[in-house]
Amino acid sequence: MINGNFKTNYEDEIKIFQTTFVKFWLVILFVGLIIFPLVADRYFIYLCNLCGIAIIGALGLNILTGYTGQISLGHAGFLAIGGYTSAILSTKLGIPFWLAMPLSGIMAAMAGMIVAIPSLRLKGLYIAITTFAFGFIVDHLIIHWESMTNGPSGITAPRPSLGVFVFDSDKSYYFIIIVMVILATGFARNLFRSRVGRALIAIRDRDIAAEIIGINLTKYKIQAFSISSFYAGIAGSLMAHYFDVITFENFTLMLSIQYLAMIIVGGVGSILGSIYGAIFITLLPELIRLLTDLFRQEYPSLTTRFADLKSVTFGLIIIIFLIFGPKGLYGVWRDIKVYWKNWPFTY
Amino acid sequence: MPQLVVKDLSINFGGITALVNVSFQVEKGEIFSIIGPNGAGKTTIFNCINRIYTPHRGTILFQDQDLLRYKPFEVSKLGIARAFQNIALFENMTVLENLLLGRHHRMKSGVMAGGIFWGKAKREELSHRKRVEEIIDFLEIEAYRYQIVKTLPYGIQKRVELARALCMDPFLLLLDEPVSGMNVEETEDTARFILDINEELGTTIVLVEHDMRVVMDVSDRICVLNFGEKIAEGRPQEIRNDPLVIRAYLGK
Repeated sequence: MINGNFKTNYEDEIKIFQTTFVKFWLVILFVGLIIFPLVADRYFIYLCNLCGIAIIGALGLNILTGYTGQISLGHAGFLAIGGYTSAILSTKLGIPFWLAMPLSGIMAAMAGMIVAIPSLRLKGLYIAITTFAFGFIVDHLIIHWESMTNGPSGITAPRPSLGVFVFDSDKSYYFIIIVMVILATGFARNLFRSRVGRALIAIRDRDIAAEIIGINLTKYKIQAFSISSFYAGIAGSLMAHYFDVITFENFTLMLSIQYLAMIIVGGVGSILGSIYGAIFITLLPELIRLLTDLFRQEYPSLTTRFADLKSVTFGLIIIIFLIFGPKGLYGVWRDIKVYWKNWPFTY
Repeated sequence: MPQLVVKDLSINFGGITALVNVSFQVEKGEIFSIIGPNGAGKTTIFNCINRIYTPHRGTILFQDQDLLRYKPFEVSKLGIARAFQNIALFENMTVLENLLLGRHHRMKSGVMAGGIFWGKAKREELSHRKRVEEIIDFLEIEAYRYQIVKTLPYGIQKRVELARALCMDPFLLLLDEPVSGMNVEETEDTARFILDINEELGTTIVLVEHDMRVVMDVSDRICVLNFGEKIAEGRPQEIRNDPLVIRAYLGK
């Protein structure tokens, strides 16, 4: 509890940013985000862009898995649909990025609705299996529908442009991503302080009780799937126009598991958690690379084993979080905050 | 005009017959209790009214509408609310959010309105918050508003569940063992709340309960089930002295 923060009307209570203190830091963060690309190294901007794309995707998965409780192992499939839709629309039909991106979100959302249909009758692990299968179907389609997707060689989507200005540098693309991240985060945060978001959480916690108080399970499960895959579609589209080329290898099962890891590490059912988790998991390989470089002199063999090290650490971190911090980074952060607020008292 | 008419209701699960030709009527503004030994089919009746189960025979009319035509989530729109025997709150949410969920079917904003929030969704949140606060005052749970439900004591959770049902502004309230597991004080409080709801809000109440003191004190009429069959119906005084009821409860 924050002392001295008294509300006199209900409107103050549902504000996202409750105190001037929080608003102050938010402005600082915002200014920092704008200044960052102007001063940072190109490589850091590149990492930041990857984080931004991951945040949008992780938010989407958290809406479906964290908030609605439908475990998805096919998130990469939705990213792939978004990415390929955007790439195909802009290369084959010459549709500009600004239109192709929302269209790819819509395309992914429609795929999400189709995947949602089996989920209406299935629960828990069984949904995980259907979404898992969906991921493979998309992979297979990408490889074999060569007339559309160029098969294994992939597609190169053009960088977005506005008039004569082309967003071809990491720095300029950074601004597109940051705007999308802010929009995506704001939308998700708003969703979960209003009617639909609450209904989704209710379905996760107790579906029968939710139905009896008047929540249409069919409708909301389909909505959860389509919102989630819309996010994934947008993230996929941003990926497609950012990378030099996208192939089916960008969207394997490993990516779905990475996204699951993001929300587990960050915090299941938490907006901030999705952001923390996305940043953590995206930067993890870089951290490992940094460490292996550090010990290269003593253990030269480490560098060659980078790939192994990466997947081992990855698994280890998921296990550690599941056992010691099931609420994820967001939970840890909150606990620390509460601890210091009350210190030196225990409550 | 009776509020709820249950006629010749029968349902069986596998080989087990849960209800056999059960009929009763609940008048508007009445407190109607259904009692019976464990496994008599009391909760099954509620599940049929809520449409979780579809009876094999019989009809259920609510305000002259055939409930069997509706899906479970539509029943709440007609004005039927329920509090469960085993607490069925959304335990990771605050009390306030649980109560706002009770208002769900009366609210309208969809995904887009909710995601944008400013405007329609915000107005709706604020206007429904008013009604939620009235219910919070009514059931005296002001102190627990912002608490996460799973951190609350059992008795309070039961009351929050009652509050969520009331937030639906129901015509008919189904209470499944509202005082089970409560101490004497909590039981008395709950009994008083049930009477208050009935008198002040004019809600018709159907009650399933094992605590005979509460049943005898608050009910207008009582229906007794045993092994899925109705064995008696009448005023508390009549039920107390009914030989069939005594036999079902105490054995011969």
